[in-house]
Amino acid sequence: MSARGETLLWIAQRASAAVLALCVTVHLVTIVYATQGGLSGAEILGRTRGNVAWGAFYVVFVLAAAVHAPIGLRAVLAEWFGWRGRARAFLLIAFAVLLAGLGLRAVAAVFA
Amino acid sequence: MSAMLKVQVWRGGADGAFEAFEVPRRESQTVLDVVTHIQRALDPTLAYRYACRVGMCGSCAMTVNGAARWTCRTHVDKVAKDGRLSIAPLRNLPVIRDLVADLREFFDKWARAGGQFRGARTKADDFARVSPQSDARQLADAGIECIGCAVCYASCDVVARLPAYLGPAALNRAWTLVSDERDAGGAERLRAVAGDAGALSCHTHMSCTERCPKNLSPTAGIAGLKRAVARAALAGEL
Repeated sequence: MSARGETLLWIAQRASAAVLALCVTVHLVTIVYATQGGLSGAEILGRTRGNVAWGAFYVVFVLAAAVHAPIGLRAVLAEWFGWRGRARAFLLIAFAVLLAGLGLRAVAAVFA
Repeated sequence: MSAMLKVQVWRGGADGAFEAFEVPRRESQTVLDVVTHIQRALDPTLAYRYACRVGMCGSCAMTVNGAARWTCRTHVDKVAKDGRLSIAPLRNLPVIRDLVADLREFFDKWARAGGQFRGARTKADDFARVSPQSDARQLADAGIECIGCAVCYASCDVVARLPAYLGPAALNRAWTLVSDERDAGGAERLRAVAGDAGALSCHTHMSCTERCPKNLSPTAGIAGLKRAVARAALAGEL
């Protein structure tokens, strides 16, 4: 890949890491706070369904993860197995699509 | 202080083995003194490399008790408290024989990282006037005292994993030039250090900074390169 391509991937990974740092913090704090009094699954769904703010938050969270993880895995594959090239790119794109698909499906399940 | 040091010294090439020697303990003895004693008094076939003996030339670095060090400025007191020393060639480099590592790849990477100064002036021009207090010059000065000993390179886990990785010393050199306002290497040098063997592959383990005998911070220089490369990529200049 070109120097510019490598650098843009690196920027995408750092930027998505910054988003994830915020998202993971909000996610964990919310879980701990919301379950203090003992919430049932139905009560949680009652609060998340139709809530556009939480829906948008988790869509951003999922997309950031789908960008971040495959780029990191790309470096792991190169450093541990010397694996580069087209086959690696296809695998990583598939992995990104899988992460985004599974994540968005989960978001849809608590939002819709 | 016991009278004798028990020293394990690497012999042979990459598939060699340690050989045991006993060396008389002396006041203010350096690891290089120990190696020199072995070669002069015990086994003249021992191959090792040194020149200045005062921490300027960068040629005597070896792996001492597991860590890369400049042997001429490493006192035995500091590294062999139990009277034992193991001395091996630098890691991450081919072994020529005994304690001598092949540094060709290490220095070739300086060239690959755009380590040559590219001037834009001719001899007809006046001297460049660079304020020693300017931010750019201070950044360059912070990395300029590298003696090319390869201690950082031998300590770098990324070099061990990615053999093409340019390594801390070459990237530190590139950073001193990127920070040099007289240099005209520009985008060409940034392209050289931006690929998957370049600055972006640094894991910031900081082993280079921890081990550098000159107390430089190649990690800081590499971080500077990451910023410079990212800015150039976003501006479409890479």
